[in-house]
Amino acid sequence: MSAEIRYISKPHPVSGLTNSKLGIWCFLASEVMLFGGLFSAYILLRTSAVEWPQGASRLNVPLATLNTLILIISSVTMVMSWASLAMKEFGKYRKYMGATVLLGFLFLVVKSFEYGHKFSHHHFPSTDMFYALYFTLTGLHGLHVIGGIIVNLYFLFPGSALWHKDPEQFTGRIEAAGLYWHFVDLVWIFLFPVLYLL
Amino acid sequence: MAHASSEDIRKHVKVYFAVFAALAFLTVLTVAVSYLHLPLPKAILVALVVASIKGALVATFFMHLSSEKKIIYAILLLTVFFFAVLLLIPVLS
Repeated sequence: MSAEIRYISKPHPVSGLTNSKLGIWCFLASEVMLFGGLFSAYILLRTSAVEWPQGASRLNVPLATLNTLILIISSVTMVMSWASLAMKEFGKYRKYMGATVLLGFLFLVVKSFEYGHKFSHHHFPSTDMFYALYFTLTGLHGLHVIGGIIVNLYFLFPGSALWHKDPEQFTGRIEAAGLYWHFVDLVWIFLFPVLYLL
Repeated sequence: MAHASSEDIRKHVKVYFAVFAALAFLTVLTVAVSYLHLPLPKAILVALVVASIKGALVATFFMHLSSEKKIIYAILLLTVFFFAVLLLIPVLS
């Protein structure tokens, strides 16, 4: 019996999709539930609190706006890295993927400034419910950004060797990595107003 | 999407940059509205409507949901249902 995963470069005849793409969507569905559970906790804790601070009174809105724009730009560079492969332009792929990785790091740098500022003012997850939710939600999101950077770095350097052996499979991998990265962007699109603006 | 022609992809690229402009505009808009200090129910409504439009743009164009296979829509329908249940639990309890 072969342990090889089938239909990773050609679509499965039944689903019309590669197994890789079906797999990443199932994974993203589970991720929706993970963040959904935390958003649910946020609604419960906020609606049952006697008082709740406005996000802008405690958090840095300009820095978070900058981070929102950084993630949006990184989503564009990510989709462009896939589009470059689909147009058989490997050189362009490397540029766009490199930019995506750099933008991911930039997001983390800005976030670490925000965290550093909070810690220097003795604001920790244990301080109160607002900070508990802020650090849990942004921390879990930050871990997802780190995960995405690791995957993208792999596909930028050692993983890109697959392009020369099976370009179709490699393009599919970048599409899957892109779907994950866009999901991380999508989560931030909701975290930003919920935590910082309301 | 993996089997789209180069010509199709070039058309998509134009759309990606248009979506980027829309996302950047909506980000600035939602921040600007927050400085108006609307009453909380209105502020929540505006912020969530803008975030939903931005999320829909990312999912439709960057994640290629505008032209995807039926099985993906089926998985997402199930996900949206259970996500809604999760969000309704604290509201109804």
